[in-house]
Amino acid sequence: MPQAEDFYRQMVRLRAVENELTKLSQTGQLRGSLHLCQGQEAVPAGACAALRKDDYLTCTYRGHGYVLAKGLDLDLVLREILGKASGLCKGKGGKMHLFDPEFGLLGTNGIVGGGVGTAVGAALASWIDGKDQVALTVFGDGTLNQGHVSECFNMAALYKLPVIFLCENNLYAEMTPLERSHGNTDLCARVAGFGIKTDKCDGNDPFLVYDAVHKAVERARKGEGPTFIEAMTYRTIGHYQADPGTQYRTPEEIAQWKEKSPISKLEKVIGNAAEAIREEEENRVSEAMQSALKQPDPSPTHALTEVFA
Amino acid sequence: MSEMTFVQAINSGLRQELDRDTDVFLMGEDIAHYGGMFRVTEGLMDAYGDKRIVDTPISESGFIGMALGAALAGKRPVAELMFIDFSLVAMDQVHNQIAKTHYMSGGRVKVPLTIITQGGGYKGAAAQHSQMLEALFLQVPGIKVVCPSNPADAKGLVAAAIRDDNPVLFIEHKQLLGVKGEVPEGEHFVPLGEAKVVRSGSELSIFTYSYCVTLVEQALEGTGVDAEIFDLRSLNPLDWPAIATSVKKTHRALIVHESHQRCGVGVDLAAQIQQKLFDELDAPIGICAAADTPIPFAKPLEDVVLPSPERIKLAIEQVLHG
Repeated sequence: MPQAEDFYRQMVRLRAVENELTKLSQTGQLRGSLHLCQGQEAVPAGACAALRKDDYLTCTYRGHGYVLAKGLDLDLVLREILGKASGLCKGKGGKMHLFDPEFGLLGTNGIVGGGVGTAVGAALASWIDGKDQVALTVFGDGTLNQGHVSECFNMAALYKLPVIFLCENNLYAEMTPLERSHGNTDLCARVAGFGIKTDKCDGNDPFLVYDAVHKAVERARKGEGPTFIEAMTYRTIGHYQADPGTQYRTPEEIAQWKEKSPISKLEKVIGNAAEAIREEEENRVSEAMQSALKQPDPSPTHALTEVFA
Repeated sequence: MSEMTFVQAINSGLRQELDRDTDVFLMGEDIAHYGGMFRVTEGLMDAYGDKRIVDTPISESGFIGMALGAALAGKRPVAELMFIDFSLVAMDQVHNQIAKTHYMSGGRVKVPLTIITQGGGYKGAAAQHSQMLEALFLQVPGIKVVCPSNPADAKGLVAAAIRDDNPVLFIEHKQLLGVKGEVPEGEHFVPLGEAKVVRSGSELSIFTYSYCVTLVEQALEGTGVDAEIFDLRSLNPLDWPAIATSVKKTHRALIVHESHQRCGVGVDLAAQIQQKLFDELDAPIGICAAADTPIPFAKPLEDVVLPSPERIKLAIEQVLHG
């Protein structure tokens, strides 16, 4: 069972990474879109603590928190996000396409719901071979409206696959609130209809997320099939760098959720030790980022390689 | 050698690979208990069990996506798509996920995955069950495409597709499924990317594949035209050296395929030939392909849209005599 300090460390590291990336984005040093997860840090911290290194993971374009919490090397990840030759994927993937088979990471993804089949398929491989590796796929509330995902729910239930569907319900699918995109806003009820066990937890409490995922992982390893977990949380920042997040949400609502931020909540639990941990992580991330910025760009000839294995 | 139908030859190739590598498994609609809509997987579940021959619901996007996950987890999945027309509901998984994963990962992961499907017209199956869609997949870097024209190649190419460390789309033609031919017994393997000379000739080069190989042979019967016929077999990778050698020999080229002409294989090959071998050409390059309409149901209409021996004969005349 991880301690409060472990969760706190994961969350402040993630926040530090996002703060650094925001600075780079604002000064034009970071290419592409930047989808941040501020306010939602407890879900990756809690969920990944319940996984083994060899368990499989697929995430969304907002998945860098999971990637780091799963144990991937911070330097390799930051270099990839900056498109460097020494990055995790040699600068070919970027933040939305991070892969590392050594840690079971089968991809962050640019398509909403696009990686759900990948995770269910990895679970199918475990099922075929009688292995106890499980797969966790994380996505947002909007993903439940993708047809591909419904197909995957059905097949996971049909074969009783060792897969955990972790839904970060942050109340908005990009800029559209839940009640304007779901005919039935009771997400657990929708998924239970597929014959999948469901669970709901406070996604701003890493201990509760850990408990829910841990239970689901145990079930999956025992061959008892998939679990859908709805972790209630909130993105206190916009959908991406050009969205302030204020057009479709009231300042009161955002302020209310900022108060429930998992980082500040856990700071109160940990007390004085928190500051040292935070500073340590901020320094570590800042150093890694400075080092990443100095890395060489990929060679142009490399654009044409690795189309085929 | 033994005589087999196209379907039996694929079945034999699948058994060969299932025996060779325990990571190979099949998934698809009605393939296990029923034995496959076209009997390609007949008897396989009894021989290999229902965890290696897996029936799936009618969820093409779901199970094609799962094949990717299984491949990344170390398996060699073979997913059967009953009709290539149904690939269109799985396009995100094929185009955005499967084909790009190796590249996006900077080579960190491999995707040894085969999609077996069948396409083509001439059976009155109408607009949503008669298409040849290979050109759509040739637009996507990262997926190989093969279109066998006879049972022996079908067995050898399915084995090559499964052994390849990349995604491969293997397209059968519904007109060929019952066709018989001599197939090597025991281990048989046809490398991807090698065209085959069906017959040598000196007057013009005809590049074709799949069922159109048969149609081209029919078109040439009794004409006395000394044409060289190339069965491309594999469209990605393409056997460019074989194409170039033949064009340099005959100085005239015709491309025949069943899919639509616009942005298709013929247009692509014609562009490559004229760019690289312009001085070798004695005549404009010919293309005989489906008309740019959906495939109609009634026979008199389908006859107009799809290539026929008569239309191919006219195309040959055009390339030879202008």
